[in-house]
Amino acid sequence: MAHPTVAVLERHLHLYRRLWRASVFSSFILPVLFLVSIGIGVGGYIGDIEGEDYLVWIVPGVMASTAFQMAIGESTYSVLGDFKWVRAYHAMRATPVEIRDMVAGWMLYILFRVEIAAVVFLGITGLFGALRSPWAVVTPLIAALVAVAAAAPVTAFAASIDQDSYFALLFRFVMIPSTLFAGVFFPVEQLPEALRPLAYLSPLWHGVELSRAATIGVAPPWPAAVHVGYLLAFAAAGLLWAVSAFRKRLQD
Amino acid sequence: MSEQPLIYARGLVKRFGDFTAVDGIDLEVAPGEAFGFLGPNGAGKSSTMRMISCVSLPTGGELRILGLDPARDGSRIRARLGVCPQLDNLDPDLSVRENLTTYARYFGLSKAQARSRADELLDFAQLQEKASSAVEPLSGGMKRRLTIARALVNDPDLVLLDEPTTGLDPQARHLLWERLFRLKQRGTTLVLTTHYMDEAEQLCDRLVVMDGGRIVAEGSPRSLIETYSTPEVVELRFADGVDYAGKLEGIGRIDPLPDRILLYADDGDAAVAEVHRRGLTPSSVLVRRSSLEDVFLQLTGRTLVD
Amino acid sequence: MVTTMLAARISPSRVGAVINRNVGALRSGPSYWLVLVSGFFEPVLYLLSIGVGVGALVGELRLPSGRVVEYAEFVAPAMLAVSAMSGALAETTFNFFFKMKYSKTFEAVLATPVKPFEIAVGELAWALVRSSVYTGAFLVVMVALGLTSPGWALAAFPATLLVGVAFGGVGMAISTLMRGWQDFDMLTTGQFALFLFSGTFSPVQDYPAAFEVVVAVTPLFHAVELVRGLAIGELGWGLLGHAAYLVVMGAAGLAFAARRIQRTLCV
Repeated sequence: MAHPTVAVLERHLHLYRRLWRASVFSSFILPVLFLVSIGIGVGGYIGDIEGEDYLVWIVPGVMASTAFQMAIGESTYSVLGDFKWVRAYHAMRATPVEIRDMVAGWMLYILFRVEIAAVVFLGITGLFGALRSPWAVVTPLIAALVAVAAAAPVTAFAASIDQDSYFALLFRFVMIPSTLFAGVFFPVEQLPEALRPLAYLSPLWHGVELSRAATIGVAPPWPAAVHVGYLLAFAAAGLLWAVSAFRKRLQD
Repeated sequence: MSEQPLIYARGLVKRFGDFTAVDGIDLEVAPGEAFGFLGPNGAGKSSTMRMISCVSLPTGGELRILGLDPARDGSRIRARLGVCPQLDNLDPDLSVRENLTTYARYFGLSKAQARSRADELLDFAQLQEKASSAVEPLSGGMKRRLTIARALVNDPDLVLLDEPTTGLDPQARHLLWERLFRLKQRGTTLVLTTHYMDEAEQLCDRLVVMDGGRIVAEGSPRSLIETYSTPEVVELRFADGVDYAGKLEGIGRIDPLPDRILLYADDGDAAVAEVHRRGLTPSSVLVRRSSLEDVFLQLTGRTLVD
Repeated sequence: MVTTMLAARISPSRVGAVINRNVGALRSGPSYWLVLVSGFFEPVLYLLSIGVGVGALVGELRLPSGRVVEYAEFVAPAMLAVSAMSGALAETTFNFFFKMKYSKTFEAVLATPVKPFEIAVGELAWALVRSSVYTGAFLVVMVALGLTSPGWALAAFPATLLVGVAFGGVGMAISTLMRGWQDFDMLTTGQFALFLFSGTFSPVQDYPAAFEVVVAVTPLFHAVELVRGLAIGELGWGLLGHAAYLVVMGAAGLAFAARRIQRTLCV
């Protein structure tokens, strides 16, 4: 018998089968364009950074930030829409599907999307010759951690609001600053000291540092266990929040 | 009733903050029954339905569905219920058939089972031709039939329908009633809410009238009409707007409404003759059989559809 | 703004459905003004991250004229031009399309003596207001960071208005051709490609020659070159060419949009 979590995942995949074409650009082409414009274009003016070619240095960052942005982007309109307009979760609520199945099924769907993008990106950057260590194969796992850490709280947020205009604020005040200042394009040490803790708070920074350590083959700035632990804790808190937000929304 | 009731409630209460939506109701619904909740908007029908469908938990009282406790066995109960909500929540981006198969998977049906069940239900809902169509362009009546078909996907012991025909045109309503009647004939237990008395009379073996979160009357449509009304009702309209209620005294019970006067009588024609004998000349006279609306008016002092 | 739109546009058909049913609510939403104002921050964040942050790694950049500038000085005018483009496009595509197709605003207006061309001009003027609020504020930031002087900032401001007119006119023309929200997907995609490859982050002379020719045809390149020339005081006859491109683009867009409004609504 199919587990209800699987049934929920299947529903999202069914929808994706209808819509996947539109995601090709954002999932696969956009990250590569970014690499070309910044990594190669701007990189041409940058010598080595931390002993590596600039392109090699930002590849893991772009990979982690793609996972981060996809996870957030996917968890906004789709989640709110499934509560507010489609009422898909209300439909599930009337079946044996439990709230934890709804959240778990959704996270699996996000992981499915992010993993495909991460593996494709890994392959392309391998062809660019931008991977320096066999440890690079663990980057899809790091992308998975980043994705859940980002998607879970955003899913919770989307389940708690009623106005989609809040998403523009989420993108502008959380997602974009994280992407731009969490060590993807330049080392966090360049930030004014007072702002650095903000970067450390972002799950993206931990994902970027872990990915970079993996593709270059060096030790991350903090012990790897601390980075992983932070991401796990962030994800766990996000999941708890999501379950409670779903419960509250579907309550009455 | 020797069989265990599918729904059993004692002193059931639902509060939202200070507001009491359901104020201590008792219910029993037996297998095979078609049971209705009749009442205006805000009477507490939908809140009661949501508790029965194990989506919202009671604030107080006792509730057993299929002999189980919703607080503990919500998922097990829901596995055996079919719910047709008041607002359609079909997946607009999935096809008609996919809506059925996807939903079937929530109940743990295998893919093959889901497919064959979907075929049966497409037949039942007379949507075979629309199977691969998107949901969005379907008419309101078709969407409703699909929602009801979807509620049957797990071959439920109990089907809950919250205002199944609200917002549909008369033709679509009749088609839907016919489908629901077939379900009833097959012995499916139906529980529905409605604020249309014709719907209740058509479909329900037994019903309760709810008002202000309480049950104000209970029985079969016929017995309710017999208890709370007279066999016939005369509707009188007067062109000049003078209050004639006083002059009608003694003919039968009188209900003066803003636009007309209702006169309850065992024999409508005799009552009309008496009105004319008293020298009154109403601009229009209608003699009709008593309906649930009259019961409702009698019980709550308000017309049902505002 | 481009990034925000990209993030928001991942499941276009559902997003479209959502937006479709909700644009009205978005407009009346408590945070509508906040959303509008927050649009200003996006180019500023890019400036601080790529211009200042990555700029610290780049150091200085030699322009074709031989003059050497800070990398942030090079990127800032490009972000300014992008900001003018995004502000104008946001009003003339998304909001314009909604008014034309769903809220029937234009139908109501055309029932009065107002002519289609006047509608187009009026819409463009509103788009310019939004775009100039963004660019004006951005110029203040640039002056504050020492990336341009107040004098050159004043010279660059009218250029950003021209960029707004050019993109506003074309945006409106495109909107009249849109079939549904799904088509906005392509628009956003194109917008982002322009954002990355219009000499914004590195000089176009670095691109492979064939690619450089392609870029030279696209509008944001001319906008960036014009705004950058004025903001950093690199004057030359070439600027007139860029300006002429933008004038033609705006005028053509406007005329086309007016004709399409006439055709679609005055039947």
